[in-house]
Amino acid sequence: MFLARRDMVFARGRFTLITAVVLLITLLIGLLSGLTGGLAQQNISAIQSLERDRIVLAAETYDESQLTQEQLDAWRDAPSVAGAREVGILRFQIDPTDGDAAGVSAAILGGTEDSPPRDGHVRLSAGAAEDLDVADGDSVTVLGMDLTADLLDEDRWYAHTPVAYVTGDDWQEMETRLGRDNSVATALAVDLTDNADAEELEQLATQTSTTANGTVDSLLAISSFRSEIGSLLLMVGMLFGISALVVGAFFTVWTMQRTGDVAVLKALGASTPSLLKDALGQSLAVLIAGVGGGILLTTGLGLAIAGVLPFVVSWYTTALPAALLILLGLAGAAFALRTVTKADALTALGSAR
Amino acid sequence: MLSLTDITLTFPDGDGRITAVDDATLEVAAGSVAGLTGPSGSGKSSLLAVASTLVKPDSGTVSIAGVDATRMNQKKSARLRREQIGIIFQQSNLLPSLTAREQLLVMGEMDGKRANRAARQREADDLLDVVGLSAHRDARPAALSGGQRQRVNIARALMGSPSVLIVDEPTSALDRARSEEIIGLIVDLTRELGTATLLVTHDLELMPRFDTTHRMVDGQLSLLPAPVGASA
Repeated sequence: MFLARRDMVFARGRFTLITAVVLLITLLIGLLSGLTGGLAQQNISAIQSLERDRIVLAAETYDESQLTQEQLDAWRDAPSVAGAREVGILRFQIDPTDGDAAGVSAAILGGTEDSPPRDGHVRLSAGAAEDLDVADGDSVTVLGMDLTADLLDEDRWYAHTPVAYVTGDDWQEMETRLGRDNSVATALAVDLTDNADAEELEQLATQTSTTANGTVDSLLAISSFRSEIGSLLLMVGMLFGISALVVGAFFTVWTMQRTGDVAVLKALGASTPSLLKDALGQSLAVLIAGVGGGILLTTGLGLAIAGVLPFVVSWYTTALPAALLILLGLAGAAFALRTVTKADALTALGSAR
Repeated sequence: MLSLTDITLTFPDGDGRITAVDDATLEVAAGSVAGLTGPSGSGKSSLLAVASTLVKPDSGTVSIAGVDATRMNQKKSARLRREQIGIIFQQSNLLPSLTAREQLLVMGEMDGKRANRAARQREADDLLDVVGLSAHRDARPAALSGGQRQRVNIARALMGSPSVLIVDEPTSALDRARSEEIIGLIVDLTRELGTATLLVTHDLELMPRFDTTHRMVDGQLSLLPAPVGASA
């Protein structure tokens, strides 16, 4: 790094510029990753919390899925199924019985492990409770049903709406009030036996015209999540690619400009590995400075806006993108190294630089 | 001591090959300067490239400090250049980001030799003192005159006490007074440090300063008679 450090000090303008570019790209990727994570959490956290081996649906999406009693019975009776819980999902407005707060459009999940133990109660996720401005024991109204509010410590979301949990029976009653008398459940959360037969499960899904996916795979059955995540991840991916290209292009041009210096050093006896180490060390220093600064800014900004916007500050929105950016940047810079390995020491003799 | 024996070097030229150096033999003893002159394209630079191990000859041997360099792979050749050969380039070829002192230290640092750092720094300071640039040791090339840059070039070549010094037209960009000064410095240092110096120049007026003078024409090397008043 002897030469690399001095080059960076000597050409500080150029290196400051490329470090700033890397920093801005990192900031962009960090913000987009945080926002993607935040939007994802606002889509999926309620389904993620089900944490079962399989989620059985009667359609491609949760919104369209309405399981029949026959379908439920077929799955419950399957030898590979150790246990199953019927989960109902509907979306409707929750209104506070007292106070001035406006009603909140919520996803109401019935029959889950987070549902209250008794009918007549509703367990509100943190976001829903805050919007409704209700406390433990306050009363709220859903579809004309008066329910006593319990508060859940966690923030849970389903398809960008805050979540409220009710018992399976109360959920059925709400479905009836919505005119869906025959509704049994939206999904079946299934635990499998230790020796569950995947082929049998596949056949059962075909026979019952249902789908059965793991909890993570079933997230794609949330329509809003499916439509958002693809485009957001594409943007993040493209930014990663652009970052590698920008860093690679800079170091390619920079190294080409230094070809004469490299030839002189080779003529004087510098080994190719020592020159490569120096050049790669220079790239790494720029990347660490740029990416490190970008991630620090992302974290600071993320923490500041997390309460206002759906934004996640986590290792997968900071450390992971940072590591990927450094790796991709180094890969880009590695292209420039061909110039170092190919530099002909002979050109230093008789050259006028 | 530098010993080139029966060196032949050819380059591809269309369907055939062109002979750049034709069976050349040359010996330079420690502490002496061998001048090499000849018209452009005569093969001087090719011979210099062979002597500095940058190019392997088609045939013949290059012996540097008693070691046959023609049998070495690239890695060993680079090490030999680093440890035994000093090269003074036609232009100073200094690295723009380094100070005069750092130009002398860069090779040792690139080599990762931390153990002898203090000794190398002392050697660099001594060499800058010898070439009269102590006051400019922290100056970058852009802040030095052409003559000063060439002095740094000379000092850099002498770092690590090489046994062979290869000098490629060191005065081509300098005026008469500075040329005399630079050649005088190289000759004096050769005597003082005991290097075997092979120096290419077009300037025939400098020839009396050398111990032997060789002329190259069409790849063929011949020894010129010592002029009257040549230094010994």
